[in-house]
Parts: sequence; structure tokens; C-alpha cells
Amino acid sequence: MSDIAAPKLLRAPASQRAFAGTPWRRAVILAGFALIWELYARWLDNPLLLPTMGATLSALWSAILSGELPDRTLTSLRVLTTGYAIGVAVAAILTTLAALSRWGNEALGLLTSMFNPLPAIALLPVALLWFGVGTPSLIFVIVHSVLWPVALACHGGFLAVPPTLRMAGRNLGLSGGRFVVEILVPAAFPQILSGLRIGWAFAWRTLIAAELVFGVSARSGGLGWFIYTSRAQLETASVFAGLLTVILIGLVVEGVIFRTLTRLTVQRWGQEQA
Amino acid sequence: MNVAPRLAGLVGDAVSPPLLALDHVSISYPTRDGILTAVEDVSFTLSAGERLVLLGPSGCGKSTLLRTVGGFLKPSAGEIRLHGKRIVAPGPDRMTVFQEFDQLLPWRTVLGNVRYALERGKSLPRGQAEEVARHWLTRVGLKNFVDAFPHTLSGGMKQRVAIARAFALEPALLLMDEPFAALDALTRRQMQDELLKLCEETGSTALFVTHGIDEAIRVGTRIIALTPHPGRLAASFDVLPESRVRGTAQFAELERQIQQSVFADPEAEYV
Ligand SMILES: Nc1ncnc2c1ncn2[C@@H]1O[C@H](COP(=O)(O)OP(=O)(O)OP(=O)(O)O)[C@@H](O)[C@H]1O
Ligand SMILES: [Mg+2]
Repeated sequence: MSDIAAPKLLRAPASQRAFAGTPWRRAVILAGFALIWELYARWLDNPLLLPTMGATLSALWSAILSGELPDRTLTSLRVLTTGYAIGVAVAAILTTLAALSRWGNEALGLLTSMFNPLPAIALLPVALLWFGVGTPSLIFVIVHSVLWPVALACHGGFLAVPPTLRMAGRNLGLSGGRFVVEILVPAAFPQILSGLRIGWAFAWRTLIAAELVFGVSARSGGLGWFIYTSRAQLETASVFAGLLTVILIGLVVEGVIFRTLTRLTVQRWGQEQA
Repeated sequence: MNVAPRLAGLVGDAVSPPLLALDHVSISYPTRDGILTAVEDVSFTLSAGERLVLLGPSGCGKSTLLRTVGGFLKPSAGEIRLHGKRIVAPGPDRMTVFQEFDQLLPWRTVLGNVRYALERGKSLPRGQAEEVARHWLTRVGLKNFVDAFPHTLSGGMKQRVAIARAFALEPALLLMDEPFAALDALTRRQMQDELLKLCEETGSTALFVTHGIDEAIRVGTRIIALTPHPGRLAASFDVLPESRVRGTAQFAELERQIQQSVFADPEAEYV
């Protein structure tokens, strides 16, 4: 067959390229929020209820310098990533089984509808009974909070893979685990990615809440414990500094890790539902 | 010394089964309201080098039949044999080109799609697979698009990739389910001609599904017409090479014959 010529590409004008992305809009919105916060806090003039942004930032800075905040953050992140990894791994195993067998499918459907609505925090008492006060209990509730939403998203994604694509894969003789890993997973990646996002948010939330609940007796607590002790000592600025840290980490994970992952995968593959 | 193997080959040929044999095949779908028989009691054989076209109106079970040959569905009665062996599962010895554009893996480039198929379907090492893939992509005219992702291609170009992928695996049998149905008339004609050329150059055996008489005459060496609800064999036509040239009297005559014998209403437009 005769060659189809490659299309000619033009470079977009510089003025268009400079404003193409969204970061500058986000920066403007953030600056707006900061301004409102600062003004309202000054007007309220009650540092016990609402510290100014300046006070919060300086509390944040000194907590960082003293090494306490980085320490607490690391503790939290370590527990978080461990629980997250275990949750995602278990979800992967469950959804693979569900994709390959009817029994697995039924089992996953039943388990997710039973456990997904159950708030992770509600399992904390049970976790404390089983694992005692400490990291294993935290990891247990995080796994619970990650596992079900991720499994649900993966499973939904697998079911939505177009039949033609499935047949194209099976045509090559693919079956079993290889079919799941090499066809279903990438084909369902948009849904899997959003499941991972939701799972991450749930895990973060659950961790901070769990640390707040039983941080009282934990010696080496995480960020939740930092927030809890700061409140007990009526250092509201430090409470806000702790919250700000939680938000910042969330922003970094969302804005850097997940955004990059999206750009490298579903956007490049033209699979992003715009 | 030299005679024995040749003789053995001759004897083997005499009794060797046809490449593909359908033996009283019926195919049905379980539906909510009961069992729907899509294809009923279809038998035919296909020998190497033939290009058999299944022709029939929408809903007569052409895709169903093709998918069953592909191993994606199981017949409810009868059996299908490839080289005398019963077909039980899909495999790279029967490569299907589907009508839908989403048959390519969106997460692999054009080259990646063909290379991956060769790695998995023919167990070629990566380097060799890439070489073969490039060769076939060049043959379908996509040399300039090897690094493009499928979503950036036009529909016709996606079908070209699927065709390159199917040919690259050198299957015993090519299965094509209206691969050009979603293309515009002009592109469709061009693709028919190019496919015909590829098939003739490679001596491929193909089972081709279409509902266009024109397309059937153009690409096939033999045409089997199906009647709808449920799909049954209606008539069979051999296409002589001289009938295959568009615009000739032979082409028009064959077209008229098929139209008359298959479709009760001679005025019915079948494109
Ligand atoms: N998955 C399915 N479940 C139930 N019935 C089906 C299914 N697929 C096809 N059918 C039915 O089987 C019959 C044949 O369908 P098929 O897709 O094979 O037709 P076709 O000849 O390929 O038509 P077209 O030219 O429109 O593609 C139709 O009556 C259709 O309704
Ligand atoms: Mg069809």
C-alpha cells in the first residue's frame, strides 16, 4: 500500500502556550483564599479560635525547625504507605480472582457491598481488641479504607472494557493472569487510577482520624497526634499548622504524583474521559 | 531416498482435511425471552488460498458465525474444524480484524500494537518482533505513523494497523468482520483494493464478512449468501478473476445474479 504522509505540525503562538496550563489560575485562587483568611482572622482577633495565616505559618516554621513536625509527618506517611500498599495489593488479588471466575466475581460483589459502606473508623475498636494500641491497628483500618473503593473501581473498570478489545486480546491466545495484567488492567486504567485516588484520600482521612482517637496513649504518634496535643495545649496556631501540613501533603500527592501518573498514562493513551 | 518423503506428501495431500470445515453448525444465544437461534445448520468447507465471503443482510448471523470460527463463541450444535482439529478456543492461528475501531490497544503505539501481538501470538523475541512489525506497517502504508498512539489515527488508519497486525502473525486463516463498514465510500474502495493485493501477494486464506454485494465480489473468490432469522445458507457463487474488475459487464452481471437470487425484492438497495 502507498505510504500515508505524516501530518505537518505548526507551533502554537507563544501567547497561547504561556497561558495554556491551569497552574496560574490555581495560584490566583489560592492567593485569594489566603487573603480572605488573613483579613477575617485579623478582624475576628481571637487567636484561640482562628489564628491569622501569619501566626499559622510561623507556628508551622518553628514546628519544622524543632524537628517535631517532620518527625510526626514521617511517622504518619510510613503507616499510610504501608497500609495503602497492602490495601491495593489485596484489592488487586481480589479483582483478578473476580475477573477470572464467577465465584470470585460473586464473592467480590458481596464483600464490597458489605464492607464498602462501613466507615473504617468504626472498625477501630475491633482493631484495638485484635492488635492492641499501635501501628498494626492503624494499618488494619487503613487497609480497610483503601481496599474496598479500589477493588470496586478496578472491578467496574474491568467490566467496562469493550468486548472487541477483550476479543483482540484473547485472539492472541492470552488467558488467566496475563490477560488481566496485559489487557484488562491497562484498558481499565482510567477507572483504576480514580480508584487509587479515592483510596488515597480515604486512607489519609482514616489515618488522621484514627490517630486523633487513640493518639492519647501512643508514644510516637503521627500528625493526628500532633494536632491533638496542640489542641490540648490550646496552641491553636499549631493545630492549624498541623492541618495545613495534612492539606499540603494531599496537594502534593494529588498535584504531583497522581497528575504525573495521569499525564503519562491515560492522557497519553487518549483514554481520559474529558 | 528422495522419493519416499515426496510420496508421503502426496498421499498426505490426498486425504488431508480441508483447511476449515463447518459441519452442521448451529449457534444460539440465551436471551431473557428464550433461546435465540442466530445461525442454523450451516455447513461449508474452505481450502487453502480461498477467500470466502459470507454475504447477507444485517442480523443474519454473519458476525456470530465468524466469532464462532474465531473460537469466541461455541456452536450449540455441529462442529468447526481447522486442519481437521475441532476449534475450542481463540488463537493466533485465526486472526480476526473486527469492524470496531477499538480493537487496538490504546496504551501501545502503532508499532507497539503489532510488536506485542507478535511477541504473544508467535512468541518472537522483542527485536525480531519489532522488525516484522515494521515490515508489515510499511506494507500497509503506515511507515510514518509507527510511533503514534491509536487515538491520534483516523478510522481507516486504525483498520490498517489491525490488518497489519493480522497479516504479521501469518495465521492459517484470516477472519474479517466488515472491517471497512465504518469507513467512507472512497476510503472503503481503496482499502478493498489494497486488501485484495495483500491477500493475493501472500496467498492468504480468508473468511470475510460483509453485507455489500459489491465488496463481496471485489474481495472474494467465492461468495456464500445467507438468509436471515435464523441464518442459513442460501446460495453460493464462484467469483472468476475477470468478474472482479469493477465496471466490467461480468462484474455487473454477477452483481445482478446475486441480487436476484438472494434478495427477493430486486429493487432492494444493498450497500
Ligand atoms: N450477544 C447477543 N445476545 C443475544 N442475541 C444476539 C447477540 N449477538 C447477536 N445476537 C442476535 O443474533 C442475530 C445475528 O447477529 P449478528 O451480529 O451475527 O448479525 P450480523 O449478520 O453480523 O449483522 P450485521 O450485518 O448488522 O453486523 C441477530 O438477530 C442478533 O439480534
Ligand atoms: Mg456483524
